[in-house]
Amino acid sequence: MPKAFTPRVVTANDLLEGDVIYQTADDRWSRRLEEAEIIEDEAHAQLRLLDAERQKNIIVGVYLADVAKGENGPEPIHFREAFRRTGPSNYFHGKQAGF
Amino acid sequence: MYQYTDFDRAFLAERNAQFRTQVERRIDGSLTEDEFKPLRLMNGLYLQLHAYMLRVAIPYGTLNSAQMRQLAMIAERWDKGYGHFTTRQNIQYNWPKLRYVPDMLDALAEVGMHAIQTSGNTIRNVTADHFAGAAADEIADPRPVAELLRQWSTDHPEFQFMPRKFKIAITGAPNDRAVTAAHDIGIRIVERNGQIGYQVLVGGGLGRTPMIGKVLADFVSGEDLLPYLEATVAVWNVIGRRDNKYKARIKILVHEFGLENLRAEVDKEFALRKAQFTGVDQDLLAQIEANFAAPAFKTEDQDRYNNAYTHDALFRSWADTNLTTHRNPEYAIVTISLKAHGKTPGDASARQMQLMAQLAESYGHDELRISHEQNVILPHVNKNDVPSIYYALKAEGLGTANIGLISDIIACPGMDYCALATARSIPIAQEIATRFDELKLEHDIGPLKIKISGCINACGHHHVGHIGIIGLDRAGVENYQITLGGTGTEDAAVGQRAGRGFSAEEIIPAIERLVLAYLDLRDSREETFLDAFRRLGMAPFKAALYPEKRALAAE
Repeated sequence: MPKAFTPRVVTANDLLEGDVIYQTADDRWSRRLEEAEIIEDEAHAQLRLLDAERQKNIIVGVYLADVAKGENGPEPIHFREAFRRTGPSNYFHGKQAGF
Repeated sequence: MYQYTDFDRAFLAERNAQFRTQVERRIDGSLTEDEFKPLRLMNGLYLQLHAYMLRVAIPYGTLNSAQMRQLAMIAERWDKGYGHFTTRQNIQYNWPKLRYVPDMLDALAEVGMHAIQTSGNTIRNVTADHFAGAAADEIADPRPVAELLRQWSTDHPEFQFMPRKFKIAITGAPNDRAVTAAHDIGIRIVERNGQIGYQVLVGGGLGRTPMIGKVLADFVSGEDLLPYLEATVAVWNVIGRRDNKYKARIKILVHEFGLENLRAEVDKEFALRKAQFTGVDQDLLAQIEANFAAPAFKTEDQDRYNNAYTHDALFRSWADTNLTTHRNPEYAIVTISLKAHGKTPGDASARQMQLMAQLAESYGHDELRISHEQNVILPHVNKNDVPSIYYALKAEGLGTANIGLISDIIACPGMDYCALATARSIPIAQEIATRFDELKLEHDIGPLKIKISGCINACGHHHVGHIGIIGLDRAGVENYQITLGGTGTEDAAVGQRAGRGFSAEEIIPAIERLVLAYLDLRDSREETFLDAFRRLGMAPFKAALYPEKRALAAE
């Protein structure tokens, strides 16, 4: 039996800043994971990824990242995504320090 | 130090102007990322986890004070006020914005620096002994040859699209401080019957298939060196594997094709190439050598040094740990630790860079070095000036007395920054250093090299650590494996895996058990961790790492 589709968000890096960004349901790119659109359907995920890939003059390295549905929106599952959402652990730099 | 010629300046200006238009074309959409990526990588610009990263070459780790000040200026103006010195003697800026990178490159060019070939499948920054030109054990200064190699390899048309990257290191001393055996080509200056020549190692490397370099040629003369190296790279460039990036490095060619077969091919190619070398490289080398004349060493009595050494215990401890014998008995080589306990290995703030520049200018014949162990060196300091340097460093958080000790840890950026990493390295290094500082055992433990990589690519040189740590992703959790018995010196060896990995919470106590076991096992204070491991083998250290197995066996 094929594995059930798990929730995803579309994420990339901003071309100019390099910062981690997430696609929102209303077609913006947000710096905050909690604003990302949670995609629960595989076909929709592929369409949203295609939408994102077309915006190649704004973003770099787009992909689908696994998330869990939390109280305040999507939560990272893998620790790599947790660091991408927050910033490095040795300095208070990056997203944790504000935008 | 090498001074840029008009040719060098014009080349760099043209290259930077090209890259500026490439960036503009990427921003306005005329270049796709697929088109732009190889161009940015050729100029040292990566996209990492949180931001772009600019890797700036510090050729053979040598800098003057103006260059160090410019690195500080760039850190303040276009980054977050610091830089990260790497295991390849480079500096990385972790937060540049794409639009400003051309300005950063122009600022580097003002002081004769660049980021060319710090990435991509090219010949990378040539690294060298960080004590070059100063060490008491040196046969000859390796930097003129390193500079010749920089000029030869930069934009070399034949070597811009190779199977994979290519790293060269050179040492001029029999005590190998440049890890030459872990490079695609390692060069060791040797002396035979009064003649200086070069022993060429090939096929060393770390990463997923660690290999110790093998001797390709025992003695190559100065006139033959460049054509011989060119022949070696050319042979690999043609017959090296391009079907699988994990099998593309020259070490795999040596392994699969055989050293003898490779040597035969290189010899054939060398005969052809040598005929094309008209001696222009030797003329160039002679000009380069003039740039590396030793400074005018001064003579002073040593009152200030002796006074501080006698009366200040902290100074004495630092001097015992951080000074190395200079070839001039009135001088010392000063290693400035970028490993303050609990801080990020290899990081220096702009203020710290400015201070080090000023000290080099005032007391160090205007020279600085970056070591592959991520520290900064003032290679030529009259001993009488050492106390002034120490007190200035101490005031700026740079006075840590730990060179070669357990907290002098190499760590790659790991998953805190690197897009390739599978786990974090920096926090593990911070915690080990902090823990052993608390235990106050560091100086008792003595020489011990811990090296940490955050993935299999081994930028943190874990394979050649006395204790190596590699961070992996095991089912979505950071997991740290330990290797023991590695070393990167002239008797280089790859460490052996101790056993199952440890979680982030378990790894610090595991290292503590291991090191305390060494203190019990050593036959005297003089027996280092590595010596004890070589004498006793893995078993007693494994027992310390995995006490639960011992407990189970006893039941």
